[in-house]
Amino acid sequence: MKRYDLVVIGAGPSGLSAAIEAASHGLNTIVFDENARPGGQLFKQIHKFFGSKEHKAKIRGIDIGAKLVAEAEEVGAKVVQNATVMGIFPHKDISVMIDGEVYTCKADNIIVATGASENTLAFPGWTLPGVMGAGSAQTQMNLYGVMPGQRILMMGSGNVGLVVGMQLKQVGCELVAVVEAAPRIGGYGVHAAKLARTGVPFYLKHTILRAEGEDHVRKAVIAEVGDDWKPIPGTEKEFDVDTICLAVGLSPMYQLAMTAGCKLVDEPINGGVHPEVDEYGATSVPGVFCTGDLICIEEASSAMVKGRIAGAAAARRAGYLTEEEHAAIHKKYKDSLDQLRQGMFSGKNKGNPNIKTTAEGIPLSDSLLTHGYLKEEEVRNFPGYSHQAGGFHPVVECTQNIPCNPCQDVCPKHCITVGDQITALPTVHPEIECINCGMCVSSCPGQAIFLINEDFEPGYSAIALAYEFLPRPEKGDKGTALDRSGQPVCDAEVVDVRAAKAFDRTVVLTMKVPAEMVNKARFFVPKEAKAE
Amino acid sequence: MSSICDETYHLGEFEPRPDDDTIICRCEEITRGEIRRAIHDGMYTINEVKRFLRVGMGLCQGQSCIKIVRGIIAEELGIPMSEVNVITARSPVRPVPMGVYGNDTFDPKFLGGDEDE
Repeated sequence: MKRYDLVVIGAGPSGLSAAIEAASHGLNTIVFDENARPGGQLFKQIHKFFGSKEHKAKIRGIDIGAKLVAEAEEVGAKVVQNATVMGIFPHKDISVMIDGEVYTCKADNIIVATGASENTLAFPGWTLPGVMGAGSAQTQMNLYGVMPGQRILMMGSGNVGLVVGMQLKQVGCELVAVVEAAPRIGGYGVHAAKLARTGVPFYLKHTILRAEGEDHVRKAVIAEVGDDWKPIPGTEKEFDVDTICLAVGLSPMYQLAMTAGCKLVDEPINGGVHPEVDEYGATSVPGVFCTGDLICIEEASSAMVKGRIAGAAAARRAGYLTEEEHAAIHKKYKDSLDQLRQGMFSGKNKGNPNIKTTAEGIPLSDSLLTHGYLKEEEVRNFPGYSHQAGGFHPVVECTQNIPCNPCQDVCPKHCITVGDQITALPTVHPEIECINCGMCVSSCPGQAIFLINEDFEPGYSAIALAYEFLPRPEKGDKGTALDRSGQPVCDAEVVDVRAAKAFDRTVVLTMKVPAEMVNKARFFVPKEAKAE
Repeated sequence: MSSICDETYHLGEFEPRPDDDTIICRCEEITRGEIRRAIHDGMYTINEVKRFLRVGMGLCQGQSCIKIVRGIIAEELGIPMSEVNVITARSPVRPVPMGVYGNDTFDPKFLGGDEDE
């Protein structure tokens, strides 16, 4: 029987990071993953990620996956795909199914990084074809190039629902509405704002009653819920849709850890039932560590850091790190994780209705939390707003404490600062001259930065915005400008389209609008396409 | 938990609900009504409901339905969901064709590793 210093189960962001950390300290490391491609969920994440440089922010998830795989190879960790771990047995024996055969090996240490699976909602009609998990819709689109449907209703306004909703729009589906049972939008306001300005309505405090159709979803019926979460009769609304996506949370896949004998706990704040771990990811079974979404449902950036922590702990246990070396490494990752766990979206604060202001003391926008867009007058309350005559200057519509700071990193002139605390709101310094390079616009994962020129031409202003739709508009194209809520407000003309390599496939589109629309217009729809 | 394991504990009359025919476990096609009925017939724990109805014993091994089944048990018994266990996970945690178990001597060199003494 073969023996390894470390067996990692799952090649997602956390598992790969754990393997990289451990192998870099010299552990003979192997990673088993049941999918055909490594990277876990990263390989369908086509959007840019939040965080800071060390968390690989502003890079698209799919590229982060490729980077991690390359790094793992570099440090000598072996990643085996199509390898399904069937169970973990006493004495850390692991049986894996590879190519229809069983391979049994022994591990001195095991890191379980099996991730999470999507929750479902069981409503009448949910077994009809056309009802699917949002992750499934994302797999169809981004891995197989298949449109999940034509007219789609999204259940759930967490980041998964908002991000997948945006991607559905990008492939040309019509996103009819986003429905959320809670009184607040669950995901980042900037993700919601991206959808709202394309005209997608949000229905908060609503739930789905049923899906109708003979052979396929034809209609969805939703209703408002009261404070007791029960539907209120008479508030039903019907939508003609062929697809209903469910983005109603994730649950850790604890089963494999359970076969290893790890003690489980049920903590709703971490996503439900999961293995109990200490701050190093160690479980109740010596030498078995758990990491990633398996121990706490978070963003991929946190999953990577958690993986590093578990990898370092395994290296310490295997004797490849001294106690002092391990303490220093652990502290570095712990500090990094603490940074990500600040702000209103961290586990301890998520969905807390008592948070009414930002850390800076500025009132949160109720409109953003309930309708998905900022009101024009609210934008001015935030340090990202700037107003000045002559030339382009950034307006950052980032109004919630999200752990993210690429805007600060990419600005060559340092017009935008976030500071050491990465959840702080970005501040624009109007006294520093902006050179209209477009880096902040293209790098903002929330697409919340606009470059504004109030005096572009007599009577006209110009607005540069991030644009990720096809076909790519061309200079001179005419169209309609939409406001933050997706309402058409005026005619617009494309005066510049930039697609530099550094923009990483985001187009920076500059449109010309009547001067009085400069603080209203936030999205461009080409003439032929019609606003929803 | 001890109180609900008491066999003299009664939940009262079974009252049908309009959504009783909604399928909860897709793999085994078990409805909400069947699960509720089983609870009223005395299956107060998730493993009892599982063995009685086969919920969570199909292809997905409870990946999609068990959270909902736990919710139904909690609601019927009037207890918090945290007091309802999860179903016991056993190897193989993923579907494995029977024939695969016949090939137990697989030891490909490309996987590396040290010989275990």
